[in-house]
Amino acid sequence: MRESTIMKIHYGTALAAVALVAVHILMRLTQGFAESLEYESVIANYKFIPYAAMLELILILLAVHGFNGLRVILLELKQGRTYEKAVSYGCLAAMIALIAYGSRTIIMTNMGIV
Amino acid sequence: MAQVSGIADEQISTTLSSHTILLRISRFNPEHDDSSQFMEFTVTYERWTTVLEAILDVKKHFDHSVAVRYSCRQATCGSCGMIINGKPRLACFTKISELNSNVVTVEPMNNFPIIRDLAVKFERLFDTHQKIKPYLIRDDSELESDEREFLQSPEEVEQYIQFANCIKCGLCNSACPTMATDSSFVGPQALAQAYRYVADSRDKGKDSRLKIIDDSHGIWRCHFAGSCSQVCPKGVDPAMGIQLLRGYLLGFRS
Repeated sequence: MRESTIMKIHYGTALAAVALVAVHILMRLTQGFAESLEYESVIANYKFIPYAAMLELILILLAVHGFNGLRVILLELKQGRTYEKAVSYGCLAAMIALIAYGSRTIIMTNMGIV
Repeated sequence: MAQVSGIADEQISTTLSSHTILLRISRFNPEHDDSSQFMEFTVTYERWTTVLEAILDVKKHFDHSVAVRYSCRQATCGSCGMIINGKPRLACFTKISELNSNVVTVEPMNNFPIIRDLAVKFERLFDTHQKIKPYLIRDDSELESDEREFLQSPEEVEQYIQFANCIKCGLCNSACPTMATDSSFVGPQALAQAYRYVADSRDKGKDSRLKIIDDSHGIWRCHFAGSCSQVCPKGVDPAMGIQLLRGYLLGFRS
């Protein structure tokens, strides 16, 4: 993938994440902070499909943005063909793993398995 | 460290109204030195004396082995770039009197391998400059006898003319924080020159140039620190050129 395409995704995910995290914070403000972190409240949030979908989207946006940012930092720290390939594929793998783990939590809770 | 005080007799007689400064010159020979050391010389200067003239004075009267690259002495050739009192500058374009300091420290430019003392290798600068194809690309570059030269309007010239002032002195690359860590980074000099040709209405090589700089060590590694524009002795604004180039790659410009 060309670097300009990656950076378009990087900027796009940042803008979208800011908007969605703002919605997420506003939703948390509808009830008290301590109350919103109670077990039943968290489970209820995951079972509310539109909200769970938004959390899933935030997870994807932040994982893509964050791991690409990490990749860029690591590429600037050291150079070399093998190192750069390892960094790029390593960040991609870590991003997929994080999204998979987070999605598993959201889906299992949504389905009432937890 | 050598401590040299006093000046040559011939100079005393001609500089009665002059002031003196302590000129600290970084000395380093990679063939047998582990680290650089400063040699200090007390030199006289007039209001119009440049740092290069002071260094050449040292070479003439105190230590001829000081290595420094220079040529035109008028900020045109781009040979005498160095760090003067912590900032990348052209030695021939920096008057001692404007530094407002009794101590002038000169060091080789950052982000360049040192040949000896103040002279650095320019290979990386020239390689990246060449890489971005710094010339007009056209299919019809050979004029037919009945054709005229490629005319441009003043507005079209205005798009790129400041970037044509680049003298390849390397000060922008020396000031760039990304150049310090990323040995594969194209650098502000080459990126500014890429913009100079991309923005030229006569040029048809935009796509090939954008492809070259759209690399993992290309234009996207610029963090817009702006140091390159701060130090350019010719008033070129590489940071702006880089942002305008990004506009092409992001689809805001065509």
